Amino acid sequence: MTEELNLTPNIPDPDGFYDELLAAHAGLSKPESDAFNARLILVLANHVGDRAILQQALKAAG
Amino acid sequence: MVDVRYDIAFKMYPYRKVPAMGAAPVRHPVVIVGGGPVGMAAALDLGRKGTPVLVLDDHEGIGRGSRAICFAKRTLEICDRLGAGKVMLDKGVVWNVGKVFHGDERVFEFNLQPEDGHKAPAFINLQQPYFEKFLVNEIRAAQADGAPIEIRGQNALVGLTRHDDHVLLDLDTPDGPYQVEAEWLIACDGARSTTREGLGLSFDGRVFEDNFLIADVKMKADFPTERWFWFEPPFKDSGASALLHKQPDDIWRIDFQLGWDIDRATELQPDKIRARIDAMLGEGAEYELDWTSIYTFQCRRMEKFRHGRVLFAGDSAHQVSPFGARGANSGVQDADNLAWKLDLVVKGLAPDSLLDTYSEERVRAADENILNSVRATDFLTPKTEISKTFRNAVLKLAQQHAFARPLVNSGRLSTPCVYDGLSLNGPDELDGPARSRVGATCADAPMAEGFLLNRLGGDFTLLALNTTPPDMADTDGIALRTITLETSRDDPTGAIAARYLGDQPQGIYLIRPDQHIVARWATASTAEIETAMRNATGRGI
Repeated sequence: MTEELNLTPNIPDPDGFYDELLAAHAGLSKPESDAFNARLILVLANHVGDRAILQQALKAAG
Repeated sequence: MVDVRYDIAFKMYPYRKVPAMGAAPVRHPVVIVGGGPVGMAAALDLGRKGTPVLVLDDHEGIGRGSRAICFAKRTLEICDRLGAGKVMLDKGVVWNVGKVFHGDERVFEFNLQPEDGHKAPAFINLQQPYFEKFLVNEIRAAQADGAPIEIRGQNALVGLTRHDDHVLLDLDTPDGPYQVEAEWLIACDGARSTTREGLGLSFDGRVFEDNFLIADVKMKADFPTERWFWFEPPFKDSGASALLHKQPDDIWRIDFQLGWDIDRATELQPDKIRARIDAMLGEGAEYELDWTSIYTFQCRRMEKFRHGRVLFAGDSAHQVSPFGARGANSGVQDADNLAWKLDLVVKGLAPDSLLDTYSEERVRAADENILNSVRATDFLTPKTEISKTFRNAVLKLAQQHAFARPLVNSGRLSTPCVYDGLSLNGPDELDGPARSRVGATCADAPMAEGFLLNRLGGDFTLLALNTTPPDMADTDGIALRTITLETSRDDPTGAIAARYLGDQPQGIYLIRPDQHIVARWATASTAEIETAMRNATGRGI
């Protein structure tokens, strides 16, 4: 059975994570930020791996 | 008048006046228009099988320029079956290692690491004129053996008319026009096919707005025999990507991706080309320009490759980008697929509906090639800002992290199409390895002497492993050879068992003349084999 994409709260300390995400972009220009985001998406997508989950994620983000 | 459109590298079939020119048109069973790699492979295959074939080419020999340089394992196996494999391997440059750069940074290195136990390597680099010349030499040898093949140089197709039982061809020659009749016409006349245009058939797909400069340079360089590819190369004016690859005769292929908005004549000036190459190879590099060209490309195919008595093969039927070496390689596989089918039809051993499966199977292959080449092109030449951002993200991550390397796409190299689920397939009743499933090409393997594919040859073959197959010599006049192997005796490396049996103790494979697998069983009766043979030759209904 393929797992479902988890769309319920799953990140401990959400405010802390959000801070880290923005901090990672601090001082970056718009193109640098875009490049960072692209790399982050690829790193996370590889960790997920499951194509069905990734498809659901692409849909959920749209 | 016959226009000379390009310089000749090897004058192989000088013009001779056709004696019957003034008389009524002569009818030929098979006429091939276009004597390139696809047309010559088809002619050689058909002629070797005894089916008379006339090849018409609008030049007197093979055009200059390296053009297709990368010939894949399956193509080499087909050429080996046709008798031209060894000379190609002897001349070609074998390579396995590729390096990918992004600007000054080395992104990663790959090794094709071909599986052991195959006669042919994964790839060779060989200039297209040599490839064609070796096929024509083999045609000359076949003619000497009595194969009914005729090549007419400087016979240009200028028009054609379809009739119920033949196609009437209008030809032009230095001595003026004449006509021939073709019961079957194979159009191997390239991307700008006169045949296709003459029949008003469409050729739809995607145009890529980019220009690539090819420079073949002759130099004594100590670069390793590797494929080097740069995204956003660091050398001055080298465009959006560059490729360096070795060919025979100390020739190196250099490709620069120049973009869309260029002036071709300016870019082809030798000084301008030399400035680019100097920047790439370093000041003072000693080389000669051997051949230069600018090309653009499209990814497209005809809706179907059979139109009545006209069959399209190679670039006339489908075009891809060069990334992945899927042009000439897929064209030779078209010829491989078509020759045995047309041979059976011409000999009256199969209905002409068998030729519809040529279209079915090779359209499937063309779609696979187009998909791969479009994806590679989108990676190489990102069309939007965000696609470039992702592309560069992949390249940056690939320097450090293995996970990103499979996403780097500088061309997915040509592999044969598996005809999963198509009309000619028979039963798959052996729980054997997936690579040898019904529809796949047979994998090569070493035998006690020689290689398995050489043993298979070009007839229908029953390959029995560790079992005795039913005693059959033919079915309804179509030859069926039997090869019975005991893996304990005939499989010194274990490769045959690994590639055809997996964990099964025995098996029987029915194999087509183009070495695709029709059916496989653990055990099979005469009736089961006959049914599969009938279906595989279009007589299943």
